Amino acid sequence: MANEKNDGSRLVPYPSGALVPERDVDKTPILETRHLGIDFGGLTAVDDFSLTIGRTEIAGLIGPNGAGKTTVFNLLTNVYQPTRGDILLDGYSTAGKTTAQVNRMGIARTFQNIRLFDKMSVIDNVKVGLNSSTKESFFACMTHLFGYHKAEKLVHEEALKLLDFMHMTDVAYDEAGSLPYGAQRRLEIIRALATKPGLLLLDEPAAGMNPSETAELMENIRKIRDTFQIAVMLIEHDMNLVMGICEGICVLNYGKVIAKGSPDEIKQNPVVIEAYLGKKSESARHRSIAYQPDEGGADDAEG
Amino acid sequence: MNEKAIKLLGGKRPKDKNSWITVSIVVALFAVIEIIKSTGHISNLLSGLLVPICMYITLAVSLNLVVGILGELSLGHAGFMCVGAYSSALFSLVTKDAIPMTWLRFTIAFLIGGLVAAVFGLLIGIPVLRLKGDYLAIVTLAFGEIIKNLVTILHLGVDKNGIHFSTESIAALHLEEDGTVLIKGALGITGVPKSSTFEIGFIIVMITLLVSLNLVNSAKGRAIMAIRDNRIAAESVGINITTYKLFVFSLSAFFAGLAGVLYSHNLATLTANTNNFGYNMSISILLLVVLGGVGSIRGSVIAAIILTALPELLRGLSDYRMLIYSILLIVIMLFNASPKLVALRERFSLKKMLKRKKDNKKEVRADG
Ligand SMILES: Nc1ncnc2c1ncn2[C@@H]1O[C@H](COP(=O)(O)OP(=O)(O)OP(=O)(O)O)[C@@H](O)[C@H]1O
Ligand SMILES: [Mg+2]
Repeated sequence: MANEKNDGSRLVPYPSGALVPERDVDKTPILETRHLGIDFGGLTAVDDFSLTIGRTEIAGLIGPNGAGKTTVFNLLTNVYQPTRGDILLDGYSTAGKTTAQVNRMGIARTFQNIRLFDKMSVIDNVKVGLNSSTKESFFACMTHLFGYHKAEKLVHEEALKLLDFMHMTDVAYDEAGSLPYGAQRRLEIIRALATKPGLLLLDEPAAGMNPSETAELMENIRKIRDTFQIAVMLIEHDMNLVMGICEGICVLNYGKVIAKGSPDEIKQNPVVIEAYLGKKSESARHRSIAYQPDEGGADDAEG
Repeated sequence: MNEKAIKLLGGKRPKDKNSWITVSIVVALFAVIEIIKSTGHISNLLSGLLVPICMYITLAVSLNLVVGILGELSLGHAGFMCVGAYSSALFSLVTKDAIPMTWLRFTIAFLIGGLVAAVFGLLIGIPVLRLKGDYLAIVTLAFGEIIKNLVTILHLGVDKNGIHFSTESIAALHLEEDGTVLIKGALGITGVPKSSTFEIGFIIVMITLLVSLNLVNSAKGRAIMAIRDNRIAAESVGINITTYKLFVFSLSAFFAGLAGVLYSHNLATLTANTNNFGYNMSISILLLVVLGGVGSIRGSVIAAIILTALPELLRGLSDYRMLIYSILLIVIMLFNASPKLVALRERFSLKKMLKRKKDNKKEVRADG
């Protein structure tokens, strides 16, 4: 459990017992869920989900297919109303808020199946993300007077800055739907960032990416955290990515949390290894855990 | 920020060329008609069509806001036009003597017609916009019919005791001797001043057009189109769907109301029937939107002009008129929507050819 790095990423407990990176421990956590759960008819998709995320933590949410990871994101963004439990965002409950309100309170997300505004240009997608922070009234929009041009100029500059941040300025005027897969995922992240969140939720950001794109993505996620000083929570099947950048990891299986801790702890946790490898091993899942170059545990467990 | 990137983009927002082209077309057409008119070479047929053309442009552009920009199918557009027509006609009738200045009376009439229609849009929108797709289409269709039918049975009169209304007959109003009947049920409203002119129609078209184009090229417009393209993603970036939907719906109703004012002040007698305020009308407006291209405001303008003028211009063909009209509709529709024809059009598109030439030049320069 000893962590050699001393960049404040070591997990330490809050008084409540929840673990967060050391540098965040004296601040209110950005997210705290308590015994969150949801049933779909007879199916309990998520149950007793309690998690705390520090203000600048990069957290991972992993688990086999159908474990309930995306459902957790949908609960956090109030796409689904929880059957049980509470969500505290920066100390405030999000109960009863709409998805749009939750976004304005500080949670932005990307989607497992990419959801861009396909027919709009790349830069317009980002500008839609900037919508809540622009000061254009309906009246200004209809007349192009009353500060419209000033506001549009600001939006335009800010959108360009964000695109530049993720190296996408050269496709700014392309149709979003025509971008290659990896670029679409990047654009979704930029659009989410444009809403100025305190917590960024990424649902399988590396899905469909090649290794070099994934490496760049890891770099970008770190850069986002460092530049904007926000928390990132990501769902990912690529274990190299998860173990490489996450500080705290939460493992779900059948809707229940089966383990929480630092990457090293998770890698060695027998319950996690069993959840991933104990059953018929689907190749991608299998490969991901076994691929750790400096990690023998998973390989041993396989045999 | 990367200086090269800024340079690459010119550091500026690209100007919206499309809107300017659309506005220029409309202004140029207006100028041409005005010139023809001033030289006295305009036919009776055409001059009778000018106000209806303005009305249909306004209706098509405003419906396109809902159908093309917001992405919701509404079949009750004529209902809002009806509300605007009746409320403004009533106002003009009552104030005919009180406000002798036509421009002032007509301006107020437009405001009343537009605002009453917008309020109806809002009231209907609140319950209806929870529905999606086909359901919304059917319910708006029903609302349009309800409005039309209510207006047909409405009797209204005033006397010294105040305002009386009834849904049965003029006699049921029980007016005193000095009373006047304003709305006579199925017989409608008579005596509304015929204030609509082509010039006023043009102003209404320009207002509708500029506001719609401005809206599309603005933050709110982007948000509205985002809802259309992906509702869930739009919500996830903090866009309040209901607010925007209601806004578009009532703005669109406002313009339909203006078109109604143009209509009601262009007639000797205003009555409501299936052809002017019923589903026939709603479908006709939708036809303009679809033919012009859903979401294309310029297309709506052009379709409204051509399709309004066409049946009249074909009048010489007497019995075959509607047949040819229908065939033309089918041909235009195929030309606009058939995948093969669209591909063909793209290949021979003037714009593309010009662009290709430019690109070729650029390449040559890069080589040299
Ligand atoms: N709206 C819904 N109605 C009914 N069942 C649902 C709904 N959404 C999710 N589920 C069920 O909840 C369970 C968890 O689904 P979820 O999408 O959260 O899994 P996941 O962990 O994201 O999986 P994957 O790795 O494949 O994306 C699944 O059994 C799924 O069928
Ligand atoms: Mg999922």
